[in-house]
Amino acid sequence: MAIEVRGGATVITDAKKRYKAGVLKYRQMGYWEPDYVPKATDTVCLFRITPQEGVDPVEAAAAVAGESSTATWTVVWTDRLTACDNYRAKAFKVEPVPNAPGQFFAWVAYDIILFEEGSIANMTASLIGNVFSFKPLKAARLEDIQIPVAYVKTFKGPPTGLIVERERLDKFGRPLLGATTKPKLGLSGRNYGRVVYEGLKGGLDFMKDDENINSQPFMHWRDRFLYVMEAVNKASAATGEVKGSYLNVTAATVEDMYERAEFAKELGSVIVMIDLVVGWSAIQSMSNWARRHDMILHMHRAGHGTYTRQKNHGVSFRVIAKWLRLAGVDHLHTGTAVGKLEGDPLTVQGYYNVCRDSYTRQDLPRGVFFDQDWADIRKVMPVASGGIHAGQMHQLLDLFGDDVVLQFGGGTIGHPAGIQAGAVANRVALEAMVKARNEGHDIRAEGLEILRKAARSCSPLQQALDTWGEISFNYTPTDASDYTPTAAVAH
Amino acid sequence: MMTNPVGKITQGQFSFLPELTDAEISLQIEYGLKRGYAWSIEYTDDPHPRNTYWEMFGMPMFDLKDAAGVLLELDSCRKSFPQHYIRLMAFDSTRGVESIAMSFIVNRPDKEPGFALLREENRGRTQRYSLRNYATERPEGERS
Repeated sequence: MAIEVRGGATVITDAKKRYKAGVLKYRQMGYWEPDYVPKATDTVCLFRITPQEGVDPVEAAAAVAGESSTATWTVVWTDRLTACDNYRAKAFKVEPVPNAPGQFFAWVAYDIILFEEGSIANMTASLIGNVFSFKPLKAARLEDIQIPVAYVKTFKGPPTGLIVERERLDKFGRPLLGATTKPKLGLSGRNYGRVVYEGLKGGLDFMKDDENINSQPFMHWRDRFLYVMEAVNKASAATGEVKGSYLNVTAATVEDMYERAEFAKELGSVIVMIDLVVGWSAIQSMSNWARRHDMILHMHRAGHGTYTRQKNHGVSFRVIAKWLRLAGVDHLHTGTAVGKLEGDPLTVQGYYNVCRDSYTRQDLPRGVFFDQDWADIRKVMPVASGGIHAGQMHQLLDLFGDDVVLQFGGGTIGHPAGIQAGAVANRVALEAMVKARNEGHDIRAEGLEILRKAARSCSPLQQALDTWGEISFNYTPTDASDYTPTAAVAH
Repeated sequence: MMTNPVGKITQGQFSFLPELTDAEISLQIEYGLKRGYAWSIEYTDDPHPRNTYWEMFGMPMFDLKDAAGVLLELDSCRKSFPQHYIRLMAFDSTRGVESIAMSFIVNRPDKEPGFALLREENRGRTQRYSLRNYATERPEGERS
């Protein structure tokens, strides 16, 4: 089924006709330029669009360019007071999406003058603003974005970055280990701190507040912070390691968040956390705060699934990850591929690369459409969290490498012999797997054998394998690359 | 004796595993060398988690490309400081990294007494915490 994508703009060049009151096609107004070559300072977006029946894909692409930049539905003479050609985004390529009838990829370029320096709020207001409600499109999705170095350099990026984080924590050459304190709701501060202490003393590097633990009736935030920091310091004394627990400072207002973050700092926490739902401006404010106070800033991507998961509409998480790296977070939940939450392994690897690369290369099987020069901006530590356990250690290390926080919540706290035993199981599994990989073992093939061998001298690991060894979450991902068949989840 | 599950200080990449043999250490060194890292040896009797600067046992071995050579240096360090903590560290000078890429303990004292947690009560139920190393009560020059 070949759909002809009709190129060739019929731009009206006679200014008098062009600005005559009335309605023109978007492609006639200068939003479609098939010969356009993006400048080094342009931002380039790739949209997946599904035009309504009978809407020409090129006109739809031009409309996306128009509605995400200067266009309104009718001609306005006031355009002539501006250097309007600069302000118009330019759709320059449209292609049918492989194996997806009715869907098209549209490439659109934006001049650097369109976006305020250092403001994700401003960039998103254009790129994912009105255009996503535009009637001639049934659906639209921002698949990927290429941000020019000139604009990247207007952002400060992660306040700490994964390299400096490791230096502060004195932890090198292996993934970090974490766990989310469970149950996420209902524990008193005193009980909550108990879970934190047991997990950290047992061998985890981090414990974590969950996204919706703020300051509810069962546990006031100050109480939580005090008990958690008691646990962190006791565990540090018991192990000789730097330990941390992500104190969630998400609150109703930015002022409340500052107050909570200040208290966390006063108590000596190395890390605070916020949720994605606080919004871009609040994220950038908290990033500035973290930078001023030598604090690692953990980002929990609560809410992203409402707009990233469905392939035909919304924003790909790789775009959100790029924006968050610029906005400035140090940790970012980027999926597990093998756990309980959505994620095709290759697509998820694409998100990790966007967080950690110095220069990201186009990589279609991983869903990465553009090269991206990160211009030395710091790297974000990806976090794998959600339904993972020690029995998957070889898969996790193979998929994600060393620079990742592996979070085993249920997989630590649900251990039959207790939380410390759960932590030991995870730490031993991790260290054994890193050691084996470095020794030259093929951990993908030999992983289970390596775990079983390590478990012979570590009964907590044996118990973990007995309890969860067979658990996997094999569902078809909704968001896989259009350029390769969906990779099966290895087990 | 420390009270954590492995009864010892758990810094470094492999503290939860049985102590590495020299053959196993050699494989780790080779892995680092293959990736272009430079190995160095550091020792201390004060493994406080915030004690960043352990003593350097010589310079980082930037030009040493042979695991056996690194092991010889380690052996020499162990002979000089048998009751100290000794760690091997690999440095990665790649732009954008320029930091430590591997770090693990390869020698420990026979006894690891660990740390006391000191508390100072402050206002509003807050406390100021600090760790005291039981092993470093005496001045540095008078410890074995």
